[in-house]
Amino acid sequence: MSTETYNSWGRYFNYSHRVVPVYWTDDTLFTQAESEKLSVLPFGYGRSYGDLCLNDHGILLVTNNLDRLRTFDRENGILQCEAGVSLETILNFSVPRGWFLPVTPGTKFVTVGGAIANDVHGKNHHKSGTFGRYVKRFELVRSDGKPIICSAEQHSDLFRATIGGLGLTGLITWAEIQLKPITSSLIDCETIRFANLEEFFHLSETSDKEFEYTVAWIDCLATRDSLGRGIFIRGNHLHCTPPRYTTDSNSLSLTIPCNAPEFLLNSLSIKLFNAFYYHRQRRKQVRRHQHYGAFFYPLDKIGAWNRLYGKRGFFQYQLVLPNSHARAIRLILETVADSRLPASLAVLKQFGDIEASGLMSFPIPGITLSLDFANYGQKTFELFQQLDAVVVEHGGRIYPAKDAQMSAQIFQQSYPAWREFKDFVDPLFSSSFWRRVTPSP
Amino acid sequence: MSKKRTIVIFGATSSIAQATARLLAQEGAHIVLVARNAERLEMVSNDLAVRGASQVDKWVADLSNTEDHAELIAAITKSVGRADIALIAYGMLGDQHRAEKDFTHANDIVQTNFASAVSLLHAISDWFVASCTGTIVVLSSVAGDRGRQSNYVYGAAKAGLTVFLQGLRNRLFRQGVRVITIKPGMVDTPMTSHLRKGLLSTKPHRIAQGIVTAIEKKRHTVYLPGFWRPIMFVIRHIPEIIFKRLKL
Ligand SMILES: Cc1cc2nc3c(=O)[nH]c(=O)nc-3n(C[C@H](O)[C@H](O)[C@H](O)COP(=O)(O)OP(=O)(O)OC[C@H]3O[C@@H](n4cnc5c(N)ncnc54)[C@H](O)[C@@H]3O)c2cc1C
Ligand SMILES: NC(=O)c1ccc[n+]([C@@H]2O[C@H](COP(=O)([O-])OP(=O)(O)OC[C@H]3O[C@@H](n4cnc5c(N)ncnc54)[C@H](OP(=O)(O)O)[C@@H]3O)[C@@H](O)[C@H]2O)c1
Repeated sequence: MSTETYNSWGRYFNYSHRVVPVYWTDDTLFTQAESEKLSVLPFGYGRSYGDLCLNDHGILLVTNNLDRLRTFDRENGILQCEAGVSLETILNFSVPRGWFLPVTPGTKFVTVGGAIANDVHGKNHHKSGTFGRYVKRFELVRSDGKPIICSAEQHSDLFRATIGGLGLTGLITWAEIQLKPITSSLIDCETIRFANLEEFFHLSETSDKEFEYTVAWIDCLATRDSLGRGIFIRGNHLHCTPPRYTTDSNSLSLTIPCNAPEFLLNSLSIKLFNAFYYHRQRRKQVRRHQHYGAFFYPLDKIGAWNRLYGKRGFFQYQLVLPNSHARAIRLILETVADSRLPASLAVLKQFGDIEASGLMSFPIPGITLSLDFANYGQKTFELFQQLDAVVVEHGGRIYPAKDAQMSAQIFQQSYPAWREFKDFVDPLFSSSFWRRVTPSP
Repeated sequence: MSKKRTIVIFGATSSIAQATARLLAQEGAHIVLVARNAERLEMVSNDLAVRGASQVDKWVADLSNTEDHAELIAAITKSVGRADIALIAYGMLGDQHRAEKDFTHANDIVQTNFASAVSLLHAISDWFVASCTGTIVVLSSVAGDRGRQSNYVYGAAKAGLTVFLQGLRNRLFRQGVRVITIKPGMVDTPMTSHLRKGLLSTKPHRIAQGIVTAIEKKRHTVYLPGFWRPIMFVIRHIPEIIFKRLKL
């Protein structure tokens, strides 16, 4: 067991951990934890932004070597694989065979275990709900006994607690996932420029019926009448007879080799980028066929792009507001504008009504906004605290996968199910996030 | 389409072996796996079958038991006929300090990495020579290029293996059987999981790609990744009078 510094995607927290790599689903996991009286936490690809996947001075069970496929039912598209298999591996395997991920986040560099533990969502939330809905069963290893197979029928309470369970209910060693059929690797997509928030709400409402995937990029530096202007992106899987599957012609093209200097992402460059992106599209509406790689994972083309933010790291702040308070998004955007801290990226998406499968899953019917900020020090935290208050006041919540700062009070108020959830937390498991939002009295 | 290749892997649960087998599974190869842990062998076998291997066979054997080798190879020969590739991947790093005090442990290291391989490779050679084709690929190590205080028992066993392979290559050349010596540097696998990973450490899938290329290009001795060749050249040429004073 070695001691190493691990950080998450935001690179703000650099914590020292004891590292236990997991190679086999039947590995003994808890010997060191028990002898050294340390807590453990599973760690996938560390694509969470904050401290959710970190366990300061504790043990990380690093799962990326649990990367075997176990069974594949070709007829029905059911894949059983180990929990450290990445979504990229699944796609490379399944697309040529005519199957696609039922739900995918904005990067394919996440593990199946991580996707379950955060019950991740994608651009098709309004049609398909979260990742957890397509998990048929999994094996969970807890510190107190034999591995347990969990499904909607077997150990259903533990099943529900583990989906969106933040890695705290045990180690998922393998899972069975329902894929969905496709006949092409292309997405038939449209991008539409919109001038303000009202136009966004209108576009979203009309598009969500006919389009499987919808999302909007927002120029977060626009204010007043243009507040909330942006580009709306919507698409469907292209249908091809006979089926045709191609590989992405432009896969990883650039890797950021080291920390960028702090001045690279300043308010001027961010403003220029946002304005450029908004005006780049000359026509109001453009339609084209795009490879799924370019459509779902544009950022994956730049390796380690998180280094662009320099060594101070950065944050993503993702909130959801219930439909009844969706218009409070305006208040959020105004609060950000008033803070004069430039968000480098802002994404808006309407969630659907499908209930999430996890006890602690983030999505609720409503509207979700994510904002990326460089680390501007104390001012950034002050802004987040202001936003937290607005969000909770309007019945919303913050996404733990992205969070780096919410207080215990904010968390407990917006995730009331945490009381029920804490009984499922394995006594040997913990995380920096969990200790922050549920401090012991 | 070209005929599907058949590969026999000894020590099939090794990380490097698994990564190599995956590359061959994707092209639909017939893969024969030999390992001592039956449950893990099953996991590896399922993975390869799902990824596209046309057939996967499993054999459970502790390869340190040299007395079983002849029977094992005879049984595999009977089952698969001829094979295109044999990959010898099992090995153990052991604990150098323990090996200095405890000969049983030192002997295990020599037995696993060297002595048992001598027995196994001779049995495989006879099998391959019978059809006058095939490639035998063996995982030796850069550790065999020069003895160092931190792992010289393991290094000596790998050095013995490397020299043995030179001789075997020389002997089998005229009979149409190729022998490839692979010398990986530090690879991130269970064998090294307790060690701190430096900048020079590599993932198993990179080694696997190197192995497949070495087979394609009909190479004889390959350092993986390639930068280890100049590094080991320098290390081999440091005069002993200096080397003995270094902390390596
Ligand atoms: C560019 C980018 C875009 C993103 N887009 C989206 C998006 O659109 N939608 C969305 O929902 N998320 C999105 N995310 C967040 C990301 O999908 C989640 O944070 C995801 O959980 C990361 O998976 P991981 O394998 O890296 O897990 P980690 O970040 O390493 O861990 C996440 C959690 O999973 C737990 N965990 C990991 N493996 C296991 C296991 N085997 N058993 C039990 N628990 C486990 C960990 O303990 C931790 O609590 C995005 C992230 C990035 C970097
Ligand atoms: N990793 C490195 O840095 C490195 C560098 C240079 C060379 N190498 C060589 O590469 C080869 C593969 O190692 P690896 O890195 O892939 O490590 P690994 O994953 O730890 O594999 C070692 C394998 O050898 C098997 N094995 C050991 N003794 C055996 C026996 N008596 N019978 C059957 N199988 C036995 C182990 O089986 P179990 O699973 O049953 O234990 C294990 O699968 C080894 O020869 C090693 O010396 C490795």
